Amino acid sequence: MEFNLKIWRQKNAKDKGHFETYHVSGIEEDTSFLEMLDILNDDLIRKGADPVAVDKGSHTSGPVSFDHDCREGICGACSLYVDGRAHGPDDHVTTCQLFMRHFKDGATITVEPWRSAAFPVIKDLVVDRTAFDKILQAGGFISVRTGSAQDANAILIPHETAEESMDAAACIGCGACVATCKNGSAMLFVAARVSSLSLLPQGRPEAAKRAKAMVAKMDELGFGNCTNTRACEMECPKGISVEHIARLNREFLKAKFRD
Amino acid sequence: MADKLISKIPDGPLAEKWTRRKSEIRLVSPNNRRKLEIIVVGTGLGGSSAAATLGELGYNVKVFCISDSPRRAHSIAAQGGINAAKNYQNDNDSVYRLFYDTIKGGDYRSREANVYRLAEVSSAIIDQCVAEGIPFAREYGGYLANRSFGGVQVSRTFYARGQTGQQLLLGAYAALNRQIAAGTVKSYPRHEMLDLVVINGQAKGIIARNLVTGKLERFGAHAVVIATGGYGRTFFLTTNAMNSNGSAAWECYKKGAYFANPCFAQIHPTCIPVHGDQQCKLTLMSESLRNDGRIWVPKFKEDVDKLRKHQIKPSQIAEDRRDYYLERRYPAFGNLVPRDVASRAAKERCDAGFGVNETGLAVFLDFKDAIARLGHQRVQERYGNLFDMYYKITNSSPWEEPMMIYPAIHYTMGGIWVDYDLQTTIPGLYAIGEANFSDHGGNRLGASALMQGLADGYFVLPVTIADYLSHKFNEPKTDTSAPEFDEAEKAVQARIDRVFAIKGKEPVDAIHKKLGNIMWEYVGMAREKKGLETAIEKIHQLKDYFYKNVCVPGSQYEFNQELEKALRLEDFLEIGELMARDALNREESCGGHFRIEHQTPEGEAQRDDEHFMYVAAWEYKGENQLPELHKESLNYQYIKVATRNYKD
Repeated sequence: MEFNLKIWRQKNAKDKGHFETYHVSGIEEDTSFLEMLDILNDDLIRKGADPVAVDKGSHTSGPVSFDHDCREGICGACSLYVDGRAHGPDDHVTTCQLFMRHFKDGATITVEPWRSAAFPVIKDLVVDRTAFDKILQAGGFISVRTGSAQDANAILIPHETAEESMDAAACIGCGACVATCKNGSAMLFVAARVSSLSLLPQGRPEAAKRAKAMVAKMDELGFGNCTNTRACEMECPKGISVEHIARLNREFLKAKFRD
Repeated sequence: MADKLISKIPDGPLAEKWTRRKSEIRLVSPNNRRKLEIIVVGTGLGGSSAAATLGELGYNVKVFCISDSPRRAHSIAAQGGINAAKNYQNDNDSVYRLFYDTIKGGDYRSREANVYRLAEVSSAIIDQCVAEGIPFAREYGGYLANRSFGGVQVSRTFYARGQTGQQLLLGAYAALNRQIAAGTVKSYPRHEMLDLVVINGQAKGIIARNLVTGKLERFGAHAVVIATGGYGRTFFLTTNAMNSNGSAAWECYKKGAYFANPCFAQIHPTCIPVHGDQQCKLTLMSESLRNDGRIWVPKFKEDVDKLRKHQIKPSQIAEDRRDYYLERRYPAFGNLVPRDVASRAAKERCDAGFGVNETGLAVFLDFKDAIARLGHQRVQERYGNLFDMYYKITNSSPWEEPMMIYPAIHYTMGGIWVDYDLQTTIPGLYAIGEANFSDHGGNRLGASALMQGLADGYFVLPVTIADYLSHKFNEPKTDTSAPEFDEAEKAVQARIDRVFAIKGKEPVDAIHKKLGNIMWEYVGMAREKKGLETAIEKIHQLKDYFYKNVCVPGSQYEFNQELEKALRLEDFLEIGELMARDALNREESCGGHFRIEHQTPEGEAQRDDEHFMYVAAWEYKGENQLPELHKESLNYQYIKVATRNYKD
């Protein structure tokens, strides 16, 4: 298979950035999207290293930078906006689990970084998602000292409750929800953590405080508001439901009533 | 310098050693902890839990990771579960049984005292994780659920669907976030340690590259903890994450920390096979599939040919034309033999020409009988998510045709040598989790890596490190303008300048792939003297090739992933050589290390306890010098050493 790749190139946070178009060929159907970018980079490095190719008009922007790590859909590092969709055209996958068989041979594919005020571009397709860490630092935890826990079976949790908590805890922190939301809201991300912990008895004592602190931090960091378009749910690679946003809202309102 | 290998195993009965050691360890009072600084490198289960716990105790902690957030560390990808000797299933499990299974699973090449302690603290890990809000699987009554794993006869594995590693890491990361918010821990994401700074023989800091700005930065401390995982990616194609690397551990080795049992690497039998030369990463399919899946290849070459030419489908091959080779060779254990045995058997069939895909490197894992016996729904409940994942990747449905699998590098048991306190041969330098060598011997059991990372990070290191720091609180903060920092930074700068100056034509990954091919062929599942010698020679040639032909585009002072990879590959080239050297020295077959010369007439691994019941600890002697081998002999006082047998 072969493709034309229209890729966002940006030297650093200050650079304005622009699209460049590249051609790749000899791609197998079973090649993953990121492997295809590896192949492109191999080519760009070889061409860039060849002065003759450069003279003949080869691109000199060098290999394309993109975040990636586990390549099995769990670390949440990869973060590409492919043909106008977070993580590309397949459902419930991260970019690393997107395969070229989902594209038409000869297609032109547009690749961009996450676009969000809260996620500034570091280089090319790499963005800074430390805002997510900061939201979790504001309260996305249960305050327990190491070694002070009681026996694990002393806390009984119904099967269904544990499963529901796990549904929310499956969030990989990739940021597709933010990138997809027209308001750049991080509500699904915040809700997943708040909901997962507040469903469990261990998480109840701090539930109100947690919801308030995390929402306040989200607002402070420049994420937008949620207007219930549910776009985030559609693009979440882990299929996290907006029902968790409803639960976050309940926790948040309860906390506010108490104030 | 053999006297450096003092394991510091406490006296007294096995079950009392940890208690005894804890009572001997000197304490640091809370007001003095505030004066002490600790660097933790790596944020997987070990690093995150250690940094969080040390911060909570009141030390000043700096924690470093190469990714954009601590949560991305590769512990996140562990699927199956975490072991603990809770005996919640009332199946007569105990600390002793977990200890015994781990020593036996490791083929009698790990330390009794360390492993016993691991089993001893395992219960507290589960308590801690539940308190943190980890949604482990539950039974309908609300109690914790367990499942069984390879190599044991009890159900002691706790799990959160197929994402146990993710949930445990998010728990430790949350504990870390709490300390970051409290100001006891400062986090440095996108920072890569490139050297260890040793002053007067003691670890005092690191040189790290800020991966966004490209600047080299100096960090001083009273102690340094390495929690950077294993070196499996020496093989290029592995189940490890793309950025997993052995460099931090390797810089410690080059500064004087001994490196133990480098040849012990685990090859996992059930990975999705390589589909072509465009691939860079292999995906693991859970070991649990072997409970119901049957592994086979065709009995006849003509069927193999037809399969490779896509003239027939696997399901069209008749029962009597199939070779269920594990059931044939190991009737007692069948498809559930340990990982090392299953991997070698698959290689044997493929080497004989029976590999079932175009590359000839794949065998079938078939659920036809399981579907017929259990029905669609029960198979769906047990393995539905794995079937989906396999389908997403391969576009082939395990409901219709058997899965194709092949072994791949997955974990490294070897690592930095540590004593009972997890301290390396450099005072003030500690190593935890997969980065050290201590608990898994020649082969690790499933669901034990998560256990070890959290045991070290939550419960062992924060206690033992106090013994060292109790002497240090009157020492001033480490001065990062000391000549040793100058020297270390200069050396790192020289390395960076050197790789940029090569200006060759070949990308880093292309050369890494060549190293991977050498490693897989000669230092992989079956090793022999001649092959290992060839590997060392070929790695030397490849190293020369690297320094003449590698192309590192861009510059130092920018986000530059090619530079990151080039510096890691320099180290992988050296790690690969030491792995081959250690494999050459270990003239026996043991766990994941199989020497063709040392096998029984039936082709099984043959240990040599008389000559090799020791930890091989290698000391760096300088560039182009042979490393020196030191031996820590293993004394089994509580366990009767025996041969592993899976036939009857």
